[in-house]
Amino acid sequence: MYNAKYIIPGLIIFALLFTFPFWYNLGADAYEPVELELPEDYDDCLESTEYMRTEHMKMLDEWRDIYVRDGYQMYWSELKEQYFLMSLTKTCMDCHDNKEEFCDRCHDQTAVDPYCWDCHHIEP
Amino acid sequence: MKSNRRKFIKFAGLAALGWSICPSLAGAGPSRYKRIEEGLRAERWAMAIDTTKLTQEVMERAIAACHELHNVPRIESDKNIKWIWVETFYNLIYDQSHPYLQERQLPVLTLCNHCDNPPCVRVCPTKATFSREDGIVLMDFHRCIGCRFCMAGCPFGARSFNYYDPKLFLDEDEINRDFPTRDMGVVEKCEFCAHLLDQGQRPACVEAAEGVLFFGDVRDPESEVRQVLGERYSLVRKPKLGTEPQVYYLI
Amino acid sequence: MLEKAIQGSALYWIWLLVLLAVIGVGFFAYLTQLDQGLSVTGLNRDVSWGFYIAQFTFLVGVAASAVMMVIPKYLHNHKAFARMLILGEFLAVAAVIMCLLFIIVDLGQPQRLFNVVLYPTPSSILFWDMVVLNGYLFLNIFVGWVTLQAERKRVGPPRWIIPFIYISIPWAISIHTVTAFLYAGLPGRDFWLTAVLAPSFLASAFAAGPALLILLAYAIKIFAKWDPGKEAIQSLAKVVIYAMLAHLFIIACKVFTAAYSMVPDKLEHYKYLYFGLEGHTMLATFSWVAISAGVIAVITLLFPKNRQADNILAFSMILVLMSTWIDKGLGLITAGFIPTPLHHIATYIPTQTELLITLGIWATGFLIITVLYKVGIGVRKEIESG
Repeated sequence: MYNAKYIIPGLIIFALLFTFPFWYNLGADAYEPVELELPEDYDDCLESTEYMRTEHMKMLDEWRDIYVRDGYQMYWSELKEQYFLMSLTKTCMDCHDNKEEFCDRCHDQTAVDPYCWDCHHIEP
Repeated sequence: MKSNRRKFIKFAGLAALGWSICPSLAGAGPSRYKRIEEGLRAERWAMAIDTTKLTQEVMERAIAACHELHNVPRIESDKNIKWIWVETFYNLIYDQSHPYLQERQLPVLTLCNHCDNPPCVRVCPTKATFSREDGIVLMDFHRCIGCRFCMAGCPFGARSFNYYDPKLFLDEDEINRDFPTRDMGVVEKCEFCAHLLDQGQRPACVEAAEGVLFFGDVRDPESEVRQVLGERYSLVRKPKLGTEPQVYYLI
Repeated sequence: MLEKAIQGSALYWIWLLVLLAVIGVGFFAYLTQLDQGLSVTGLNRDVSWGFYIAQFTFLVGVAASAVMMVIPKYLHNHKAFARMLILGEFLAVAAVIMCLLFIIVDLGQPQRLFNVVLYPTPSSILFWDMVVLNGYLFLNIFVGWVTLQAERKRVGPPRWIIPFIYISIPWAISIHTVTAFLYAGLPGRDFWLTAVLAPSFLASAFAAGPALLILLAYAIKIFAKWDPGKEAIQSLAKVVIYAMLAHLFIIACKVFTAAYSMVPDKLEHYKYLYFGLEGHTMLATFSWVAISAGVIAVITLLFPKNRQADNILAFSMILVLMSTWIDKGLGLITAGFIPTPLHHIATYIPTQTELLITLGIWATGFLIITVLYKVGIGVRKEIESG
């Protein structure tokens, strides 16, 4: 091989950089599911827990487009068979009124930082 | 029509394709989304401002009602934000004024004209600002990239840009939690209180100004705004630009 | 060919380090702007575009002007440009990259930039500007690199590249036309609302771009010890004179229309630009410097003897650049916003942060030019030495 003394160290550096996320997290704690504080007065959310867990961000994204751009305000819940106002602060957080123990706990654990509440303020 | 298996498969395939593109069409039962029943609807919302009754006090009340409701920050510089504010009659309607006009220095309320042919909507590269079916020109704060093309496009100076983080100029306790604040770096303007109309209420400034601002469906001959436009002489700003403003000034 | 960029004299490396230092300063200034928003600029509710957008507009012109060498070379077989053409194409590459950077630093929400692609809006000229600028960047990198590589192998450019070269000609015109349409289609801004805006943009661009190229050619002669050829520089100088004359003529036409018709909506902007309103005369001073510099340069260059004297030619090119840069980089945007739609006289003066960010982007452009020219001239020297 021509220039092996340049190519091989180059490849090694590339491989190290490329796999950075893996070895950076080597010593870190394994992911543990978080304990969330659930609303006491209700058994179900608007949709099944599994659906809400995986899809709530997409649902909220869809809500904001449909509310702001299409002019619809109510969402039909398949689970509850009832219409609800599409509002993060008035509908979601009416039940999930403990942001720190519910929203933040999971978002912190998964290292995401949604900026919804920067503008949509909840009661202090 | 004679049906056979081949036709059936064709039709089913097309239906499946259609359903995959637009799932809301398929399936019976209540639709996924609906409007609030009490919401006010119009073919074309419009406002008429009675300039003869605009006292300082009325205007201040209208401005305060709007700016408090919409969490408009008070910034004392040329980087300020205004949804509704006061200008002299001449500055608003100089192209239809002359030096001896009595009303030249008359203070008048100014706000977004919610044009029927809005240049701001035409120039926006992301459809962050758009016309609703009822004619309201609305901002989608989630989508705005802050290029400020709409501000250059607006011939009425109706738009403001968040040069600062607006929260720095809002008192935490006084934030109205029924309406969002904005992010730094997006454009905003009057929305004809679309969110109130959708809930069945009239715009905040119209309520606050008690009988000085007329609001309604300009396509409906029976509406209050249409009646008053029929009875009195009125002007719109810069009609020659063809943007078709929907805020009328009664004089 | 890229290896030529990493083999250079001490001077080359010092120059790159200086540029990197300036870029670093600009970058830190931009971090402040990201943190505190566009509040760190002199922009305001009335003058909502400023220095960034003005630089962008000026540089689109510089990028487009590469066509002034492509047309003579490929359509008229003007051989004098053969050696120097690559410099024009690489200048266009650097200029377009600066344009894109100026757009990005001007955005209030730069992280949402891709919304322009996610929600494409053909009614918006900004959407089309994105399309033509990126297309032009691609065309120039592609054409420049392929032709240079072919020359290095001492063969003619491959046949399949020819269509790209021809497309690049109308494409160059299109980038500045579309950029002019950003302004010329706005109903309430009478200063810009003129059919002559795109032609005037092109005229000043075809003066500014070749002027910059001539200055770069002199710099190359001194620092890279490579002569792009007297004939090429003289041809470019003629392009500059004609374009500058057209530019000044169009300015006169615009001023006449406003001044003789006396329609206030138009006239007020020109009053502000050339005399100032309500005591704001700073821009007017610059405007007269621009006019004077342009006129002096044209008169000087009309005499062939002056044109052939390197010193006088270089000095005149500096005047041309100054004139066209003030015209687009200072006057065009600000005077378009003042008076405001509500007849107020607003003010706009760029802040230090704004200037540092601008400087950082210019340094980025010069870094790109330096590296690309290093490669281009390296290849040229290699060919010419046998």
